Amino acid sequence: MGSRAPHRGGMDAAISLTGVSKHYGNGKPALDGVSLTVAAREFLAVVGGSGSGKTTLLRLINRLSDPSTGEVRVRGADVRTLDPIVLRRGVGYVFQGIGLFPHLTVAENIAITPRLLGWDSGRQRTRAAELLGLVRLDTTYATRFPHELSGGERQRVGVARALAAHPDIVLMDEPFGALDPLTRDALGQDYRRMHEDLGLTSVMITHDVLEALLFADRIVVLQQGHLIADGPPSALIAHQHPYVRELMATPRRHAERLGAFLGSTGH
Amino acid sequence: METRFQTALAYLPDYFGNHVLVSMTALGLGLTISLPLAFVCLRHPALRATLLTASSVVQTVPGLALLALFYPLLLGAASLSANWFGVSFSALGFLPAVLALALYSMLPVLRNTITGLSTIDSAVTEAAQGVGMTRLQSLRIVEIPLAMPVIMAGIRTAAVWVIGTATLSTPIGQTSLGNYIFSGLQTQNWIFVLFGCVAAAVLALATDQLLALIEAGVAVRKRGRIAAGIAGLAAIIALALVPALAGAHAHYLVGAKPFSEQYILAALIKQRLDANGLATGQRDGLGSAVILDALAANEIDVYVDYTGTIWANQMHRTDVAPRAEVLAQVGEWLKRERNVTLLGGLGFENAYALAMTKKRGEALGIRTLADLAAQAPRLSIAGDYEFFQRPEWAALRTAYGLAFRTQRQMQAEFMYPAIAAGEVDVISAYTSDGRIAQYDLVVLDDPKHAIPPYDAVLLIAPKRANDAAFIDALRPLIDAINVATMRDANARASAEGASPDQVARWLWEKISKR
Repeated sequence: MGSRAPHRGGMDAAISLTGVSKHYGNGKPALDGVSLTVAAREFLAVVGGSGSGKTTLLRLINRLSDPSTGEVRVRGADVRTLDPIVLRRGVGYVFQGIGLFPHLTVAENIAITPRLLGWDSGRQRTRAAELLGLVRLDTTYATRFPHELSGGERQRVGVARALAAHPDIVLMDEPFGALDPLTRDALGQDYRRMHEDLGLTSVMITHDVLEALLFADRIVVLQQGHLIADGPPSALIAHQHPYVRELMATPRRHAERLGAFLGSTGH
Repeated sequence: METRFQTALAYLPDYFGNHVLVSMTALGLGLTISLPLAFVCLRHPALRATLLTASSVVQTVPGLALLALFYPLLLGAASLSANWFGVSFSALGFLPAVLALALYSMLPVLRNTITGLSTIDSAVTEAAQGVGMTRLQSLRIVEIPLAMPVIMAGIRTAAVWVIGTATLSTPIGQTSLGNYIFSGLQTQNWIFVLFGCVAAAVLALATDQLLALIEAGVAVRKRGRIAAGIAGLAAIIALALVPALAGAHAHYLVGAKPFSEQYILAALIKQRLDANGLATGQRDGLGSAVILDALAANEIDVYVDYTGTIWANQMHRTDVAPRAEVLAQVGEWLKRERNVTLLGGLGFENAYALAMTKKRGEALGIRTLADLAAQAPRLSIAGDYEFFQRPEWAALRTAYGLAFRTQRQMQAEFMYPAIAAGEVDVISAYTSDGRIAQYDLVVLDDPKHAIPPYDAVLLIAPKRANDAAFIDALRPLIDAINVATMRDANARASAEGASPDQVARWLWEKISKR
């Protein structure tokens, strides 16, 4: 029942939170005493309903906000000692609701962090073209504007933008939330491949436990600011917390039903 | 009609040039202040509320009043500056016009810039922060470009307002397209009024469209359109500068108050100076309160004033002296207090008076102000905007105990039709006005001599006091015009619609023959 998390810690830890709480105004805390470590090259999914504190948790990592109490470390360093601008430029971030700049082309959106880092325009263009390939978009997309793209294409551009400046850490806030199931699956698989190939540490926020089960190495569950479960997908299926059981009920029922169909066709 | 149009056209380079310079400078100054202020306001909501309220209040002040208010303000500042730093500047014309118009431009720019920047989708600003932009980078790369259409709409509104309102800078001594409107209104030259309105509207629309072109160019990032818009604006400004650069020759500036007689006399003076080979320019429509200051400050070189005006308004005298006595005392006072030379009288008086139609006067048996006083409680009076504030009116009331049933203010042009139509019984009038004969009016006698004499006099700026060529050119005008001739001249301008230049030529013909 407690919020005890297994600390994998050590020199490996890309991100660690220790006893982190966040209060907004006088209400209940958005996060309450959360401790969590993300190992380098790990793919962590953070699952929770709205108001569970999952977006707050992500924002603390690149200092879009600061914790009320507790400590956040990135690559071993206390984030309070880091320049937030430098920190953010070194951490990829895929925003909820995409967050592309509507007045910039696809290529300019992708190359925004390199531009901030002072890369010359030739190098920016080359990098944008590279990333379009990586997220499986045609190079003709480079000169289009965000409003000319479909939802899935926009999200691919969002991922490409997060990766542009070669970050080793990528934070994603419901990256595939608004997409149809087929697109979501294709994009999720593509991202998982990039995660492997580029050796990234990824933290993905989602309200959809199926997405977490399919793509992540490890899942943590947040409920009203408390961390109530932490483990690999297989462990979560068997978890006893009533909320976690409730979360797992739907995928479990889908799997059973599909299993029944597959069995009856003789495979 | 065609000749009036041609006359109007001849003034265009000067009026248009000045109008563009004053409005563009004001707009530039307004933007330089408003835009940074709007950015500061984003972080300080209290300041934002204060500034928006203040600029809304400024907006409710009528344009003419705002412009007029800057004159005494700057006059005070100029004298302080002269005392403290030994540096004086002109409180007339360009400076007050630019400051007032800049203030006027602030509301739309502030409001639109603040609105544009504060209504940007927070997901976008969050993303800007998240990808590692500093506050300034976020403004420059994301927020300003996204708010640009709204900001530009504010700038366009400001441009149209400023260009329109700049027509009101004429009375504070700044030449503008308003000169057409003010002089046209005074001389009932509707072609002039229309010309001024249309020219100002065309300039406003052209500027608006060029700004729209720049805005569209920014939105779709077409360098060509931005360049075309900027080139268009630059062309307007260059066009405005042509007369200013080419015409550095107007050494002698003739001033005129905003009424018909003054325009005729200014044209006459200008023609005399031109005929003597002196290069001249004109500063039309200067308010009665500012024109003497402009002369004393050497901003104009010569104009015609009236002894009674100086006696009452400048010397604050409430007593009345005989005509010659007043002339002598005014001359002394001007030299002593303002270092202005009174060259001499033109030969006629343009005094304040009360007038009635001959018919009504006879019917009621009124010939003098004393007769009038007995029946005034049953009668109505109309005066121009100035009259009821003037000491002459106070003097008349005290001397005769005048109290009317109703008292109305109206534009002088409309007083005469009003009395002819019987809407009012008595009007304030000027003794040299051509319309006295035209409307068959009688000027009521002033047996108690309550109103001081109003001799038309030529006043010369301090720096021209010893300019022999200049003074010799003006001397033939001294004592050359009697009141009948001046009434005739005024009637020609108002009734027959001749231009001040034409009337001035007729007047010279007439007086030089004698």
